[in-house]
Amino acid sequence: MGLVMGTFSMQSNKQDRTYRKDKIDDDFELSIVCHRPEGLDKLEAQTNFSKQELQVLYRGFKNECPSGVVNEDTFKQIYAQFFPHGDASTYAHYLFNAFDSAHSGSIKFEGFIMALSTLLRGSVREKLTWTFNLYDINRDGYINKEEMTDIVSAIYDMMGKYTYPALKTDTPKQHVDAFFQKMDKNRDGVVTLDEFILSCQEDENIMRSLQLFKNVI
Amino acid sequence: MAAGVATWMPFARAAAVGWLPLAQQTMPKPPVDKTSRSDEILFVNVSGLRFQTWKNTLDRYPDTLLGSSEKEFFYNEETQEYFFDRDPEMFRHILNFFRTGKLHYPRHECIQAFEEELAFYGIIPEIIGDCCMEEYRDRKKENQERLAEDTEAENAGDAPLPPDATLRDKLWRAFENPHTSTMALVFYYVTGFFIAVSVIANVVETVPCRPLKGSIKDLPCGEKFSVAFSCLDTACVLIFSCEYLMRLYAAPSRCDFARSVMSVIDVVAILPFYIGLIMPENEEVSGAFVTLRVFRVFRIFKFSRHSQGLRILGCTLQACASELGFLLFSLTMAVIIFATVMFYAEKGTKGTTFSSIPASFWYTIVTMTTLGYGDMVPDSIAGKIFGSICSLSGVLVIALPVPVIVSNFARIYHQNQRADKMRAQQKVRQARIRMAKKGATNAFLQHKEDGGLQGGDSDSTAFCVKNRSAFEHQHHHLLQCLEKTTNHEFTDEVTYSEVCMMDSMGFRTSRSTSLSSQQGATTTCCSRRAKRRAIRLANSTVSVSRGSVQELDTLHVTKTPVGTQYPQSRSSLNARTEDLKLNCTDYTAAIISIPTPPANSPDESLPNSPAIPGILRNSRSSIYNTQETVKISSL
Repeated sequence: MGLVMGTFSMQSNKQDRTYRKDKIDDDFELSIVCHRPEGLDKLEAQTNFSKQELQVLYRGFKNECPSGVVNEDTFKQIYAQFFPHGDASTYAHYLFNAFDSAHSGSIKFEGFIMALSTLLRGSVREKLTWTFNLYDINRDGYINKEEMTDIVSAIYDMMGKYTYPALKTDTPKQHVDAFFQKMDKNRDGVVTLDEFILSCQEDENIMRSLQLFKNVI
Repeated sequence: MAAGVATWMPFARAAAVGWLPLAQQTMPKPPVDKTSRSDEILFVNVSGLRFQTWKNTLDRYPDTLLGSSEKEFFYNEETQEYFFDRDPEMFRHILNFFRTGKLHYPRHECIQAFEEELAFYGIIPEIIGDCCMEEYRDRKKENQERLAEDTEAENAGDAPLPPDATLRDKLWRAFENPHTSTMALVFYYVTGFFIAVSVIANVVETVPCRPLKGSIKDLPCGEKFSVAFSCLDTACVLIFSCEYLMRLYAAPSRCDFARSVMSVIDVVAILPFYIGLIMPENEEVSGAFVTLRVFRVFRIFKFSRHSQGLRILGCTLQACASELGFLLFSLTMAVIIFATVMFYAEKGTKGTTFSSIPASFWYTIVTMTTLGYGDMVPDSIAGKIFGSICSLSGVLVIALPVPVIVSNFARIYHQNQRADKMRAQQKVRQARIRMAKKGATNAFLQHKEDGGLQGGDSDSTAFCVKNRSAFEHQHHHLLQCLEKTTNHEFTDEVTYSEVCMMDSMGFRTSRSTSLSSQQGATTTCCSRRAKRRAIRLANSTVSVSRGSVQELDTLHVTKTPVGTQYPQSRSSLNARTEDLKLNCTDYTAAIISIPTPPANSPDESLPNSPAIPGILRNSRSSIYNTQETVKISSL
């Protein structure tokens, strides 16, 4: 009886162990993928940040993502934590695509830093171009109403349900209409980069707000 | 807010540039971060062991001792380091938490020492990572149980009753803890003795005694000495009934006691006697009555009050009931299969004992458990073949699972506990996430209430917001930018449902007085804020961190009627909240009827005209407006 019991238990143990080993091997393989950024000097030359700032930024980045890349799920989770009221995943998706200019599916430190440099320390034209690329989901050089509606709905989704005044179903649409009213100069239904930049430069509010985020880092 | 997120704050704020072209209002000013931007290395000396870390690392968790300004209390100017007179070994784990974001539990450490260290550094134990959480909880539960047992043993037994204890309390105490008083001990032993006597009497009365003179047949002793036995039985039942009634009287909660297992056993033990008394000496029912006497054997279970071991056994059986159930189920399956097979195999044999499938059950069970009484034996060859297969498989079916069940019992039992713990921990974690989310949202709404929108100019706001970390400032600024972009504000569920209710009542009058249009902007913001506050106060969700004026208001709102004379500030707030309570609908009318800017939407949307930022949202300026407010509502 004891023999039987012994063989029985040993059998199950071995099976468990082999199963676990396979699983661990798979995980191990995946996590080996690692990315190192280019040299500090090169990054300093390419961006508008100083060495110390880059150092601080990279230390934080590396701590959060030891593998050196951010994938879209992590991105969405991070963004969701900043906007707990509503659903930030759609907007995070568009944002991810805007950061991931090479469309590789993950953001490396360089991409992260370049975008930050543009947004925080870039010229007005650079900032507006970045924003235009954010809105232009399919990268065809034009923002049409559908794209804008998607973006605006995503932004309103972040507000969540409990807002004052209460969100109506056509609030995003009206917002988009107001936007096109202002931006679409030749009334052709799409906004080009030049129209966009021109209209923004005419609006004092926008110009002023663009300077707000200078001291974020 | 999860600490790792602090690293991403700059990116989230930078990404806010994407909202700017869409914004319909101006963005609020960003908070000024006075702390130096460059990172520096801090020295932390813990009882002589020197640790070094980046300042940013510690800043990741601003609600701990090391991450907040509390560590300044431990700063040593001469040596330019932070000195903590605590365990350096434990500190390693604490610092690793800051570095990696995961808290690990060192297995060789005492659980209480670890918890004390965590409490000192302001870290909640719930964030221990999954890898160590199970071990931590097991150890903690063990520890708690041990402590609970010790305290229970201390208190429960020997602590003297309060002097005003009623007879009931004393009696209950005597029953539950027999060693407290001599009387209770005596009673305990007496009942134990009588239980034993009763059980032995039940057993002995069936033993055959020598027959009476002149008769041949052996009589069971119960019938020979029937008087003696019945007296004994009556005495025992009387004692048991007294005991039961006394317990019922003394029990603090009679329903609970009546439902407990022990009381059920007590009742079942004494019931046959009373049923026998009630029922007449009838031929037909006496047969049924005899079976009732079987229940007298249940008196043996009354011993479980006297025996700890019996109780543990009962608990154990209860715990592995599912395993036993599985064994029973598999046995039943095998029995049915083999009984059917044997029945059909022996069907042809003449005079076979396998008269039906249920009759074959008996054969199958006896064979599978390798008992083999021999009262039913197969004759046909097929029957013998299947019979041997049956006995072989009986060995497998019964002999194998039993040891496996016994050895699995410990594993499955612990696994179940683990699964339950995991589920409980998941629930706790979800609840914590929800609370953190709510906390974040509440924090922001609270921040708005405190008038944080001005950007830290006025004294009152500085007072209110000084306890916020830089991270919180930045986060709130970010949320404000989103509000301005979408032209809607964050609120809480309560206000939202309130507004929905009011909207649905459809109050839309065109009462826009000239007063309201002048002060329109202010009344809206104040009214909204006051309405929110009134609702919040009513629901008491706000943790009051403001001045005493508001606190007094909460009292006044409920008690005083409108129009009482009070000092100005109090009356204004008073009147406003009073009016809100009485004239909510009129108020909404006033709000709704304010002329909206043309670019926007329907009447209900509340305009946030750019003029508002100039008007401070605090109590002082609203004083002058509430006079008009009162007038509006009285129209």
